[in-house]
Amino acid sequence: MTYQEKKSIVSLISAIFIFISFCLYMYPQYPEGGLDSSETFRYWGFFVLTLTVVSIVAHIVISIIFNILFRITTREKEPSFADELDKLIDLKAKRNSLFVFIIGFVTAMGSLIFNPWSQIMFIILIASGFISDVVGSLSKLYYYRKGV
Amino acid sequence: MWLALYLSYITIGKVSNMSKNLVGNHIRKLRFNHDEMTQQQLADKAGVTRQTIVALEKGNYSPSLELAFRISLAFNLPLEEVFFYGDTTYLKKQ
Repeated sequence: MTYQEKKSIVSLISAIFIFISFCLYMYPQYPEGGLDSSETFRYWGFFVLTLTVVSIVAHIVISIIFNILFRITTREKEPSFADELDKLIDLKAKRNSLFVFIIGFVTAMGSLIFNPWSQIMFIILIASGFISDVVGSLSKLYYYRKGV
Repeated sequence: MWLALYLSYITIGKVSNMSKNLVGNHIRKLRFNHDEMTQQQLADKAGVTRQTIVALEKGNYSPSLELAFRISLAFNLPLEEVFFYGDTTYLKKQ
């Protein structure tokens, strides 16, 4: 298995791990008040912003640890640049990821029409963000294995 | 938003049709004939990663014109002796 394939798998596992851990951490802090109270909106805002920051920092840390482990185990240096194949695969993975997020965004807006209960909209938005991240990593793995 | 969804769908369809790889190559054979050059050595000469050479040899990727020229230059051969256009299914079976 090549460096890029391993990196895609690590990225996929770390995305799932970070999201589940963060959800488990935030779930007990859910406010007890009314469904549309300002406290609830603050909670969701805090959830999204914190998740973004935490996932960026965690991804960087995991990437550094992965590179160190890769060097130790394989005694090879990781590729220091992205060539045309890497860029093409990256673009295609981002396209798939964005497509999933757009579907999630439209569904979240649609949920407001059929059920004006704001919680569902936030849950769908956050879930679509997570699924789009997973789809991006899976797409990269697929394109590196099967070709473009 | 629906327009963006529709355009994405169209683009995905076009890209999947384009992905039928019809550009083949003799890279593996040429490497062997050039003092058993390694994939990494060729990658260094062509300015790409080893993964790209692996994908080319498997017939999983059609290179850009620039990369095709760089690989040909690495072998000191004209482009048509390294790459060809046609059915590449037999390459994938190898």
